Order: sequence, then C-alpha cells, then structure tokens
Amino acid sequence: MTDAFIVLFGVLALVFAGLVLWLRQPMRSALALVAHMICLAAIYACLGVHVIALFQVLIYVGAVMVFMVYTIMLLDDRDSAYAHRFSGTLVPGVLVAVAVAFALWRLLGPAVPDLPAGPGGAPFGFTAFATAFMQQYWLHFELATILLLVGVIAAWTVIREER
Amino acid sequence: MARYELLLTLAVALFALGLLGVMVRRNLLVVVMSLELMLNAVVLSFVAAAAHTQTLHGVAMTFFIYVAATCEIALAMALLVLLVRRRGTLDLAAGQELKG
Repeated sequence: MTDAFIVLFGVLALVFAGLVLWLRQPMRSALALVAHMICLAAIYACLGVHVIALFQVLIYVGAVMVFMVYTIMLLDDRDSAYAHRFSGTLVPGVLVAVAVAFALWRLLGPAVPDLPAGPGGAPFGFTAFATAFMQQYWLHFELATILLLVGVIAAWTVIREER
Repeated sequence: MARYELLLTLAVALFALGLLGVMVRRNLLVVVMSLELMLNAVVLSFVAAAAHTQTLHGVAMTFFIYVAATCEIALAMALLVLLVRRRGTLDLAAGQELKG
C-alpha cells in the first residue's frame, strides 16, 4: 500500500514539475512548484522520514515559495518574458537534459552496489533526530546559522545598493 | 523495481526536468524555480538513501540543503528585483548585450 502511494505521489510530482516548465505565467508555475513540493513531502512521510516531510512543508512551501510568490506580485505582469516561453535553445536543451538523465541513471541506478545498512531501528523520529543533531552535528548547525546570517546581510546589501 | 531504485529514478527525472527548465525557459523567475526543482531532486536522493540505510546522515544533509536553499532564494530574489528594476524585464534574452 505504501509503495502504491509513493508511486502515485511520484507521478504527481513529475506532472507538477512538468507544469512548472510548461505554464506561461510565473504565478501558475509557482503554484505548480508548491504542489510538487507537497507531493515530495507526502513521499517523505510515506518513507517514514517525518522530520523532513515537516521541514519540506514548513521551510520550502511555507517560507521559500511564499517569498517567491511575494516577489512575483512585485513585478510587472506585462513583461515580454511572459509572452515567450522558451528560448532558442529548446532542442539542444532537451538533448542535454536527456543525456544528463541517462548518465545519472546509469551512475545511480543499477550499477551502484547496495548501500550498507545502518544499525537498524527508525532514527527519523523527532527525539532521535534532535538528539543526534545536537550531539553529532552541532558544529554544522552553528555554521549553518552563520550562513543564514551572511545570506540576510547579502540580501540587505543588494537592496541597499539599489536605493 | 525496488523502492530505492524507483526513488532514485524519480530523482534523476526531476533533476533532468529542472536542468531543462534552466536551459530553455526565458523567464528569470521560472529559471530560479527550475533550480529549486533540481535542489528538490537532490534532497529526494538523500532522503531515499537515508530511508534505505536507516541512518541519519542523509536526513542531516537534507536539513543543511534547506538552509542553503533558503539563503539562495533570499539572495536570488533580491538580485532579481534589482535586475528587473535596472533592465526593466525578466526576459533572459534581454541580457545578451552584457559585456565585460
């Protein structure tokens, strides 16, 4: 049953990803991207990785995509980029994407030997995740906060530059 | 097809779709969204590996990818608004006259 849900949400994720590329209006593309991310969150939930499913909805859909939607609302919808969907590199682009997909599938797919299994159990609960995070990854966590701070300062500097 | 292979195949397909969007779309906003598609494909492959091995490394890496994606989008949107105000368009074809 779980596998059926994973296949269903996987197909939906692919369809919505295709719509992101196909739709003309960026607002519609953004909404398709939101639906795509929600499908991925459902896949993570089916896999039992509830921490990441929650992060996917809270951080990606709740923060990143809302930020993007606000930016779209700031921009003029009579832009020439709205009238023409694709650039002149459509055919080479499709060929390169197919070649990259084939190469990646050959590298990641059947050629890869099975990954070694961990100690077992389900380490994806919130308690286990938080404990392991604070014990094993605390330095990375601190570095991530610095990266976030640098990102905020950089964005603020860009906006100030414009003024 | 086993679940792990299925998820990796899905991740590869999503990455290729994102790459296609980066290469063929003219709208700068949709190009940024295609980059997000590629990042999501990478996250999916990490989560699939973590679920397959029942270890936490892939999940922790995913958390850091989210942090990097948040920084990226904040900076990308600021740059995009700045670029649109200077050039007056989101069209990538309008940037062909860039020099130096």
